[in-house]
Amino acid sequence: MSLDRSDVEKIAHLARLNIAGQDIQEYAENLSSILDLVDQMQAINTDDIAPMAHPMDAIQRLRIDEVTEGNQRDHLQTVAPAVEAGLFQVPKVIE
Amino acid sequence: MLDKTLAELAQGLAAGEFSSTELTQSYLDRIKAEDGALNSFITVTEEQALSQAQAADQRRAAGDAGPFTGLPIAHKDIFCTEGVRTSCGSRMLDNFISPYNATVIENFNRAGAVSLGKTNMDEFAMGSSNESSFYGPARNPWNTECVPGGSSGGSAAAIAGGLVPGATGTDTGGSIRQPAALCGITGLKPTYGRVSRYGMIAYASSLDQGGPMARTAEDTAIMLNVMAGFDPKDSTSIDKAVPDYTLTLNDSLKGLKIGLPKEYFSDEIDPQITAQVQAAIKEFEALGATVKEVSLPNSHLAIPAYYIIAPAEASSNLSRFDGVRYGYRCNDPVDLEDMYKRSRGEGFGEEVKRRIMVGTYALSEGFYDAYYKKALQIRRLIQQDFVNVLTEVDIIMGPTTPHPAFKLGEKTSDPVAMYMEDIFTISLNLAGMPGMSIPCGFANGLPVGLQLIGNYFAEQRLLNAAHQFQQATEWHRQTPAR
Amino acid sequence: MEWEAVIGLEIHAQLATKSKIFSGASTAFGAEPNTQACAVDLALPGTLPVFNAEALRMAVLFGLAIDAEIGYTSVFDRKNYFYPDLPKGYQTSQLFHPIVGTGHVDIELEDGTTKRVGVTRAHLEEDAGKSLHEEFPSMTGIDLNRAGTPLLEIVSEPDMRSAEEAVAYVKKIHSIVTNLGICDGNMSQGSFRCDCNVSVRYKGEEKFGNRTETKNINSFRFIEKAIKGEIERQIDLLEDGGTITQETRLYDANKDETRSMRSKEEANDYRYFPCPDLLPIVIDDEYVEKLRSTLPELPDARKARFIEQYQLSEYDAMVLSAYRDLSHYFETTANIAADAKLAANWVMGELSKHLNQNDTEITASPVSAEMLGGLLLRIKDNTITGKIAKQVFEAMWAGEGSADEVIEAKGLKQVTDTGAIEAMVDEVIAANKPQVDQYVSAEPDKRGKMIGFFMGKVMQASQGKANPGQVQGLLKQKLDALANS
Repeated sequence: MSLDRSDVEKIAHLARLNIAGQDIQEYAENLSSILDLVDQMQAINTDDIAPMAHPMDAIQRLRIDEVTEGNQRDHLQTVAPAVEAGLFQVPKVIE
Repeated sequence: MLDKTLAELAQGLAAGEFSSTELTQSYLDRIKAEDGALNSFITVTEEQALSQAQAADQRRAAGDAGPFTGLPIAHKDIFCTEGVRTSCGSRMLDNFISPYNATVIENFNRAGAVSLGKTNMDEFAMGSSNESSFYGPARNPWNTECVPGGSSGGSAAAIAGGLVPGATGTDTGGSIRQPAALCGITGLKPTYGRVSRYGMIAYASSLDQGGPMARTAEDTAIMLNVMAGFDPKDSTSIDKAVPDYTLTLNDSLKGLKIGLPKEYFSDEIDPQITAQVQAAIKEFEALGATVKEVSLPNSHLAIPAYYIIAPAEASSNLSRFDGVRYGYRCNDPVDLEDMYKRSRGEGFGEEVKRRIMVGTYALSEGFYDAYYKKALQIRRLIQQDFVNVLTEVDIIMGPTTPHPAFKLGEKTSDPVAMYMEDIFTISLNLAGMPGMSIPCGFANGLPVGLQLIGNYFAEQRLLNAAHQFQQATEWHRQTPAR
Repeated sequence: MEWEAVIGLEIHAQLATKSKIFSGASTAFGAEPNTQACAVDLALPGTLPVFNAEALRMAVLFGLAIDAEIGYTSVFDRKNYFYPDLPKGYQTSQLFHPIVGTGHVDIELEDGTTKRVGVTRAHLEEDAGKSLHEEFPSMTGIDLNRAGTPLLEIVSEPDMRSAEEAVAYVKKIHSIVTNLGICDGNMSQGSFRCDCNVSVRYKGEEKFGNRTETKNINSFRFIEKAIKGEIERQIDLLEDGGTITQETRLYDANKDETRSMRSKEEANDYRYFPCPDLLPIVIDDEYVEKLRSTLPELPDARKARFIEQYQLSEYDAMVLSAYRDLSHYFETTANIAADAKLAANWVMGELSKHLNQNDTEITASPVSAEMLGGLLLRIKDNTITGKIAKQVFEAMWAGEGSADEVIEAKGLKQVTDTGAIEAMVDEVIAANKPQVDQYVSAEPDKRGKMIGFFMGKVMQASQGKANPGQVQGLLKQKLDALANS
């Protein structure tokens, strides 16, 4: 599997990553070699194998429906890049 | 008092030979003097450490000390520590003062532990050499030209260098065991779900597991006693009683069945490593164990499956780093998309971006079945291999790594070559079973690690075997020239 | 050729849990921005989700209410996309294994028939936060209080063929979720929202046309208007030789039209995969059967009972059975008054009028069911007339006390004393000579109608308190006597 520049650009956009133009080629080569590595999987027939998303076949535990968290806004917003009137600020979104 | 094990320090504190404050100050002094060469710490929390030490001394004076009270350790900078920078080795979180504590941190706080600081690591735990850290690589105390391994390279280097007697690590594909091997210390990756992941910044959620790193198996048992346990805040945490891991350390190994996977003893491994590992196995036979050859036929598929599953989960786990609520935000974004792309483009390093892109690609439309689903199927095959073998034997043994520590920069230009260093460790994360690395000799003056693998929740057995080996050998007592 | 609309709906119902689906933060509406967003809701590094038991119970209850297949093993998946009010960069949802599978509801059509509408699935997911675009000149503000509120997304089959059917379906789902107590149904606060998928085709054709999705409509009336407008727009476009673009549209209630949302530059690629921080939710028969035994009476069953038990008309039964509180009010009133038809008329008439005019919930009505029942008793025992009763109701609404208190205080008791009524009748006959003459000279079969005039006069003279039956009887007797003399 080999990726070209436009593949890398498309993936970088999906992942919202700015990649400098001069680095795209190197990314394309590195990603292609990683995909060559993982393509070894294709040699194995896994038709009857159930996918395993978690190491143990454990099941979800349930939380009792109760409010345990109070207002922590000031504390949690100390690490925010931009806050005004209690709202996180981002560049204007045009819909 | 430095250079003692945690067990010895605990005795010293209990006997009143020294106070936690004295002990803590000595370590802080040594870090100040010597970490310039190792770069094993990202943040040293001197003030906090001393106040924790004082509190521990008071607790001891009040007769309220537990086994861990007053013992100094360090935490991999992946565990969120309230009021202290938690960078995850990334520019993205260089300004992140965590507003809360990870459960593991809470556990150590409750036990009265002293935290000296936060240790260096590969960025977001993605790496096998510590070279992807935003703060520059940590260095191997046995040869500072060499890498300490990764991603918990800072913890391993700090312990081997005598800057701290024990430290936490995390292991997603070998990140505790591989640096432990390369630095000549002891590291344990517990069963998946044994140690809470809450507050441990996620790389690949279904593979990540926190664990202890120290000089000896006994010390890792003492640390695991504090770290392990059910956490209602982590859905993947297992609700199962935690034994006292120190109680079974001295059990006899008579009749212990050891399996040696033929796949772990191929020609591609450094012959000196193979020789040291075989010598260690002889030692186990001398201690009463029996040995047989076994097979893990799907071993060669572990790295391919891992490099789909881990990047896929990472690509999603790392989407929260968007410059909106915390972390790095680029200067003067022209619009929202620019803010996203430059904050993430500038905030993440190359290896992190590479893995995010691989994962994004593997999950994208049309590729899910061929990559992600396929990898999950392979994962089951790999798990079944271990389940099958572990019905025949108690512990699987082999080398932790195919080579000893390599030179800084040697593999940075070839990511795939770097990935191959995790060939013996990675499969265990896919299966979710516990594994350890213990020192078992040297190759060209660099430490060699022996890996021990057990069944789910067989930590006691692994620690027992490792401890008995360490009672009979001196490899774990070797320290690099200072 | 005749056009036919094909409509499918996605309804998002916020589940009425106290805390969020994956965190212990409150879900209460209307708090100051970001005061109900905890570390988990903010997706701080290292935080993890734990699933709310109540959200599971509510989703399964809904599945049982619509006779659906229950997902004994359901799985949370991640839907990955970037948006500032989506803190984790993915929405936790259920794509591959939803908690509720195929089910159905029956809707009543205008012609009195019922139609079965299929529900494809209903799955659990988390709500996003809110982006506030108007607060700041060059920035958008993000409030994450709503982030992580549990949602049940209910997806219908494309079974509806008109805006009216769509609204009937939405109302049915609305009445089911509110009856179950799993959603407060408040559309203006966004607790119950609807996305409408609309396409048109020639009648008889099997293939679907290209569809548009109109997002987040929050009232029954807007749903009807938006769909009607969209059907018209599509037909006009096709008849002019155009084509329909598959797109997302927004309904602008002020202009009563839908408009295209700025089309996204790339086709969405959500990269769904099972959430590794959550494990499969596994439930068993015991859990399901225990819940089934807690199912309250649902609108369809109640409607049938109302028809059977109270002999209500199909229409009255449908209206009165739709909501638990309304049904309860009706039944309480009917039982006190021992007259279901009268109670139905008053609940659907006077009471509903007042509730609507004052924008009041029935649970907050100043006239309780017990009070209304008391009033109806006074109509039944002829203490007051129906007309006076409306006056009493007004006074009760204004807080002037019970029916008996109002009747007493205002002296509204009906006059049944024959002598007093007779005097008033005689007075009216004497005072209206020309009308009496007309009556006398009219054909006998026309006289019945003319009596109304005298009725009005007598009732006026009695200030509405004379017993209308007695007045009528006396008038007829006396006027006919004049005519026959």
